[in-house]
Amino acid sequence: MKNSIFTMMKKELDRFFGDKRMVASILLPGVLIYIAYCFMGSAMGNAFGVDEDYTPAVQAVGLPGSMEALLPQTGFAVTAGTDEEAAKEAVTDMELDLLLVFPENFDETVAAYEMSSGLPAPNVEIYYNSASTNSSFAYQSVAGLLDAYEAQMVNKFDVNAGEKAYDLATAEDTAGFFFAMMMPLLLMMFLYSGCAAVAPESIAGEKERGTIATMLITPIRRSDIALGKILALAVISMLSAASSTIGTVLALPKMMGGMTDEMRADIYGIQDYLLLAAVILSTVLVLVTLISILSAFAKTIKEAQTYAMPVMLLAMGLGITGMFGGGASQELTSYCIPLYNSVQCMSGIFSFSVLPLGVAVTVGVNLLLTMLGVVVLAWMFNNEKIVFSR
Amino acid sequence: MRELLQVKGLTKTFQLSAKQQKLEKTKEKVRVAVDHLSFTAYEGEIFGLLGPNGAGKTTTLRMLATLIRPDSGDALVDGASVVNQPDQVRGRIGFLTSELKLEDCFTPNYLFRFFSDLHKVDPDVRDRRKDALFARFGIDRFAEVKVANLSTGMKQKVSLVVSIVHDPDIIIFDEPTNGLDVLTAKVVTDFLQQLRDEGKTIIVSTHIFSLIEKLCDRVGVIVGGKMIVCDTLDRICGDMSLEDRFFEIYKETVGNEV
Repeated sequence: MKNSIFTMMKKELDRFFGDKRMVASILLPGVLIYIAYCFMGSAMGNAFGVDEDYTPAVQAVGLPGSMEALLPQTGFAVTAGTDEEAAKEAVTDMELDLLLVFPENFDETVAAYEMSSGLPAPNVEIYYNSASTNSSFAYQSVAGLLDAYEAQMVNKFDVNAGEKAYDLATAEDTAGFFFAMMMPLLLMMFLYSGCAAVAPESIAGEKERGTIATMLITPIRRSDIALGKILALAVISMLSAASSTIGTVLALPKMMGGMTDEMRADIYGIQDYLLLAAVILSTVLVLVTLISILSAFAKTIKEAQTYAMPVMLLAMGLGITGMFGGGASQELTSYCIPLYNSVQCMSGIFSFSVLPLGVAVTVGVNLLLTMLGVVVLAWMFNNEKIVFSR
Repeated sequence: MRELLQVKGLTKTFQLSAKQQKLEKTKEKVRVAVDHLSFTAYEGEIFGLLGPNGAGKTTTLRMLATLIRPDSGDALVDGASVVNQPDQVRGRIGFLTSELKLEDCFTPNYLFRFFSDLHKVDPDVRDRRKDALFARFGIDRFAEVKVANLSTGMKQKVSLVVSIVHDPDIIIFDEPTNGLDVLTAKVVTDFLQQLRDEGKTIIVSTHIFSLIEKLCDRVGVIVGGKMIVCDTLDRICGDMSLEDRFFEIYKETVGNEV
């Protein structure tokens, strides 16, 4: 029996590894994901960031004495101006980044202003150009500075005014939060893609070519054919998922830009990776089994790929729940629902809140489902209506 | 002569889907594909199943190959029942259909090894058998060429060879020369005769009269799933050609013009 399963596995693996295009199509996504995510991070940085060497040009009309001392703190090139309209045109034309217009006698008016008077407070106008990254950046900096100055004028109490670190989350926690939000969905998509790329060809392809009949009249047991195929497909799908996952983990820091120092894969220990590997392997087995069963119903590879679409929607939908679930479920019953349990485990592992018993239940449920799937697939190989449906 | 294959009242029905009923303009929900079919094939003979398309030839061969289960009746392959001992039957038969398309990415060498492993053929025996069969069919020069790059005729030869890796006593061919050029067809028919001379029993289904006349020792004519006549060619045809005799039988059975 073991030999028959091994023979089937070997044939499937040889078919895959013997075709360079197939190997490339499975392993290339990891490289492409890395390049695409790096490019996205770089593009987003360029779109929303400002060159470190750039000094925004700011013009102030009616610049009061208090601001002459305050504005240079921004490090911007502040000049005093008088022609408000010309300066506005310059901002529109992106020749000037920011225009500040202060009311006459700003300092005196502010000092004399009483909130209880019911009169409007002196208004500082800041003109900027939102189409210019430099102008937007200058606007945020100066508006922040003026807000702080305004708060200081009526200072009764401060919140977190010191320079202490008030956010007590560790760098690992922060990185874990982001990984837990993104990785379950990405992993589910990668796992599905890997399975869907190989299972229809292996199962429906045998029917389409008629080779299944030649195999079925050999003394090999139907369950050995089913198990051999599922195990081989799981290995190939794991390779595909590993390629995509490595590409993603390496590229995420670059995509997240400023969090480069914290978003590192080494924040997780060997135990986390072992748990993740167990979850991924059992999930791949479930997905391969599901797609194989659907493929066995199909008459052609194309039809099998169509049948597998609902599994993709299911995997993606469940993956999305990981983004909004607020961490892994602590209810053991959640880990009895196939695929949903995988998402819960992944969320738990990435957010350092994994429920080890939940992982054990998940792996157990998934293996049980796979065994059941092997029995169903073997039965399907034995069913003449399914094997010879045309 | 030893009876290697005994077919006893094989019957197979298929449910017709609404689509099939519409296509075939019938209200029948069940189609009797094979109707109490019986015949015997002996050691060292080529037995031909002759009939028009839809007569039940392929269904019969699939039942003999244990790919589908008969509704009733049975067939004994060298004493093993296709109904109750399918695993034993599978080790004793070789089955080739013209519908078989080998996987493009494998070489003849690989496929021979793969099917030998499935049949649990000893490696030494396998290698000797492979050398002999590859040389016989001229496959040896293409042993490491992927199926995708082989000619249609060579693909069919490889299909034939991998279906008999285990040296079965009974070989079942469904339309063995379908789609083959005359040269390849000749190689295949010569090989079938050689197998017969070696004592193998060969069951061939076809609707090609010349193939039956050239190859078969005995013939069973199937029409509408029933065995109408089963005997040697001389006894069936007498002075008539097989083609004329077949249409005569067909008219007598179906009751209208061809």
